[in-house]
Amino acid sequence: MTERLRVHVDPDKCQGHARCKALAPELFELDEFGNAHEAGDGTVPPGLEDKAWLAKANCPEIAIDVIEE
Amino acid sequence: MSDVSQPVAHPPVTDWVNDFDHTDPQWTEDPFPIWEEMRTASPVVHTKRFLGCYMPTTYEAVREIANDTEHFSSRRIIVRDVRPEVARNAAPPITSDPPVHKPAKQLLLPPFTPDAMKKLEPRMRAICNELIDGFIADGKVDAAARYSKYVPVRAIAHMLGIPESDSDLFINWIHMVLELGIKDESKLLQAVQEMSAYFGAHIEQRKTNPTDDLISYLMNARDKEGNPLEDSHVLGSLRLLLIAGIDTTWSAIGSSLWHLAKTPADRERLIAEPGLMPIAVEELLRAYSPVTMAREVVKDTTISGCPVKAGNMVLLSFPAANRDPTVFPDADKVVIDRRENRHAAFGLGIHRCVGSNLARMEMQVALEEWLKRIPDFRLDPAGTVTWSQGTVRGPRQLPFLLGKAM
Repeated sequence: MTERLRVHVDPDKCQGHARCKALAPELFELDEFGNAHEAGDGTVPPGLEDKAWLAKANCPEIAIDVIEE
Repeated sequence: MSDVSQPVAHPPVTDWVNDFDHTDPQWTEDPFPIWEEMRTASPVVHTKRFLGCYMPTTYEAVREIANDTEHFSSRRIIVRDVRPEVARNAAPPITSDPPVHKPAKQLLLPPFTPDAMKKLEPRMRAICNELIDGFIADGKVDAAARYSKYVPVRAIAHMLGIPESDSDLFINWIHMVLELGIKDESKLLQAVQEMSAYFGAHIEQRKTNPTDDLISYLMNARDKEGNPLEDSHVLGSLRLLLIAGIDTTWSAIGSSLWHLAKTPADRERLIAEPGLMPIAVEELLRAYSPVTMAREVVKDTTISGCPVKAGNMVLLSFPAANRDPTVFPDADKVVIDRRENRHAAFGLGIHRCVGSNLARMEMQVALEEWLKRIPDFRLDPAGTVTWSQGTVRGPRQLPFLLGKAM
């Protein structure tokens, strides 16, 4: 049984590289400046766990947390 | 203006750790072993050249400096022989520090989001195909002079609303600012004056005939208090968009094609798996990051345990950070499907490149259209590949033979 994951973008660290949106478009949204935030409450739907970890691993600003719940 | 310095030749480097020089021909030709030697010696090295300059050699030291706007100012962002007077509104926001940086940056961000870039993509594909039409029948081409150069020039001209046919004018200004201007201040000043006059005329035209482009966008922008930007701010940002948008992506596309010309296996894989292209673009950006920035130390501090003194410049080498083997396994190898890749090609911290989404789109489209039309190509053994010197690194001559080898 897999744990439920939640993603969170730290808005003070995000600089709008948009790597998360490119790699996991279902989990992140961009604002008018191109800065990212998690989609909805950040809950990762089943099957998208790998994308959550991939987004975290590719964020140059280390702005993404993946929380195991 | 009174005492513009004259260019001085640099002596060759014999000690890279204590006397580095990023304009040395050896660095221009093959910087990677030099960075490795420096990184092995220390996370921060220093040279007395350029009136005193540090270089962080590790990813961590580069990150520390990029995120520290208290000790490291962006008022000077190119390491030169001289320290020309700092102009107000030189090229905001890239030359701005907090607190004025953020509003200037936020102004430029909306036209460069990924969604905005998607709208430009069809025009980019058409431009790439027009360029390829111009040489494909010849069986050989200088891909830097005929292709990688004109993709970003025509893209940025299209966005700014200036004639794509003025391309060679823009390329000459960039050469004067970023290459000749390192050692010859008069070339730098001349280019800035010519660019300001050029954009000044376009601004005047738009006062009576507004257009739907970035020049009109900046002219119509308002600050928090509802005031229009000063003319010098509009001109500075326009100069920035022109300079930053061209030889950077020219270099990235050129380096990528250079790699693919030498690496048939990666070429074949990208043709067989087109979905891999976005990941490949990131890896090519990491391995051949074109842009090295600079900071000026304004207060003494310590970086990765090394003392750093005010008054020196810092050569902020994102390309060297991206070759740090403690962060990127097999850092000197292009791993075309590298999945974990938090490279710093577009900078780190508040000065993240405004045009990163544009550059990524241009690279992806330029490589895709090239591979569709020219799946087989190789370096022309009768020609010579040459690389640009200084702040932006990429091939300036890239002679290819097109088609399968006989």
